[in-house]
Amino acid sequence: MIKESIKMSWQNIIHNRMRSFLTALGIVIGVMAIISLITIVQAATSSVTSQFSELGAGKLVVSALGTPLKKGLTDNDVKGLLEIDGIRGVSPTLNFSTDVVRNLMVEENVTVEGRNEMYFTENPKLIGRGRPLSLIDMESKNRVCVINPDLQEIIFPGEDPLGKTLKLKGITFTVVGVIDDEVTTDIVSAIQKSQGRDVSEGKAIIPYQTAMSMTGANSITSLEIFVVDTTRNAEVKADTERVLNQAFNYKEDSFSILDMDSLLDSMNTMLGMMTAMLVGIASIALLVGGIGIMNMMLVSVTERTTEIGLRKALGAEPKQIQMQFLAESIFLSVLGGLIGMLLGLLLSAVVINALDVDFAISMTAIGLGFGFSAAVGIIFGWAPARKASLLNPIDALRSV
Amino acid sequence: MAKEAEILTMRGIVKSYQMGDELQVILKGINLSVQRGEFISILGPSGSGKSTMMNIIGCLDSPSDGEYWLSGKRIADMNDKELAKIRGREIGFVFQQFQLLPRLTAVQNVELPLIYAGVSQAERNKKALEMLDRVGLTNKIRNYPNQLSGGQQQRVAIARALVNNPTILLADEPTGALDQNTGEQVMGLFRELHAEGRTIVMITHDHNIAKNASRIVQILDGNLTEG
Ligand SMILES: Nc1ncnc2c1ncn2[C@@H]1O[C@H](COP(=O)(O)OP(=O)(O)OP(=O)(O)O)[C@@H](O)[C@H]1O
Ligand SMILES: [Mg+2]
Repeated sequence: MIKESIKMSWQNIIHNRMRSFLTALGIVIGVMAIISLITIVQAATSSVTSQFSELGAGKLVVSALGTPLKKGLTDNDVKGLLEIDGIRGVSPTLNFSTDVVRNLMVEENVTVEGRNEMYFTENPKLIGRGRPLSLIDMESKNRVCVINPDLQEIIFPGEDPLGKTLKLKGITFTVVGVIDDEVTTDIVSAIQKSQGRDVSEGKAIIPYQTAMSMTGANSITSLEIFVVDTTRNAEVKADTERVLNQAFNYKEDSFSILDMDSLLDSMNTMLGMMTAMLVGIASIALLVGGIGIMNMMLVSVTERTTEIGLRKALGAEPKQIQMQFLAESIFLSVLGGLIGMLLGLLLSAVVINALDVDFAISMTAIGLGFGFSAAVGIIFGWAPARKASLLNPIDALRSV
Repeated sequence: MAKEAEILTMRGIVKSYQMGDELQVILKGINLSVQRGEFISILGPSGSGKSTMMNIIGCLDSPSDGEYWLSGKRIADMNDKELAKIRGREIGFVFQQFQLLPRLTAVQNVELPLIYAGVSQAERNKKALEMLDRVGLTNKIRNYPNQLSGGQQQRVAIARALVNNPTILLADEPTGALDQNTGEQVMGLFRELHAEGRTIVMITHDHNIAKNASRIVQILDGNLTEG
């Protein structure tokens, strides 16, 4: 009987091709919107979060603004931080920009970062060629540096920079390593890179202590804390706050801690909420599509009153009549759902391709698209089918 | 209660409609017995309640009062689902306006009752073709209703009514939409079916058509009289 119902509903859909197509269009659009929204947002989310966590998972970024009396953290304060449980290490940062000189070549306003050896252990893929800066470089304030490919191209065009020298603020540094072209370590350049914008900016990294003495700074204003176990982020953060509060005498706004994991969490929550909202809006299209199906089914029941009466006279049970009409509305909306799903995936493939992130067919999206359209068919087909099944055969036959 | 050969029994059947304040009694206590193999005509003028009676016989409508047995079953005891089964198995309807489904071919139309009886596709096709052969339409099986003459359409309808081998062939003005000649042919078919042992209940307002039956009952003002 189910086979017969499907066959009968298929015949009827084919017979009313144009009407069926227009009715299913609502479902097509609704499902297409839902599928493409989910697929696009999921692809974008996973690409952003993977970049994000590459940069910042298990990391607290401390900015010590200091107080009028104490402009930053001392070496002692850093030692205090190192004693916190669950910390793998601390990497202070000192940035300045200066001109890079080599022979007669000058590159103006190059960013110079002072880093310690911890920074390189924490970013093991950073160095493409040569070696990272080591503890010995720090302790003996060696005049060595690591440069990025952009700076290499400007200062050492067509040459191997390893072992060669350049001058920063008049001081001669030996290049010991070159940063890998593919690695990005900060969010700004990561985002720029993900948008396909190539920013050509020279950068050099020198030992932290060397940078301190070059700039005359005597306190640390910025550092990264590497956490052993990210699930214990909150504890480490609380301990860090305690140490920093002591260091700055509980003065308000003297420091801030950026927790990359909780940032990632809240970003994920936000994206999730946005997706839900968009899907909610797209569902309105589906609702309208469902109402369209209901309308068409009601028209169909009215048109086929005599047929229903005849079928009942020939022995059709109310349930069988109901099944026939329900099959028709489910058929119609699932058909629309499948087309919508196909178009939605196509659309999202195009958009995702343009965004330059990885395309992945989302099973959630397919499940939702199929489930939604089947549900719409059942929900909005139910009432018309029931109406048909309850028709009085005499009234139905008399309406000729 | 009913005798062996008696397949249809009506006792005191009343059908009334409440029209505003007034109760209109259409059937005023009808008694009727039909034996197996009978060809009976119910004759009456327009508005006398013939179709009302046919609806009750065909289990499409229920009486306001009275008892109705069909093949030994008390119809008042049946629920919707059982009534559907009885209509499918016990009754073969023939309507004045043929009531063929325009989107189905002759053979598909004839198959319809078998679908609801749960007969397999192959078996359905075989039985439908046999029945179309019986009514002389072997060469028209793939025609759609609008590709058939009125008489041919009514013969398809008769084949459809008989395909499930019902207890009663129930016809309401089967010649009403046909010209005299074609109507005569359909009546010839009815007489043949009667000769083969079919039980036929035919409703008509036309005395000449009613004469084809082996027994005539007249309905007038809601009362049934023999002869
Ligand atoms: N649903 C209804 N409500 C009220 N009155 C009805 C209803 N159905 C039938 N009637 C009345 O019952 C009477 C008999 O109707 P019926 O259709 O049985 O007549 P008929 O003998 O078949 O006439 P015809 O030869 O014209 O077909 C009519 O007066 C009609 O108005
Ligand atoms: Mg009538």
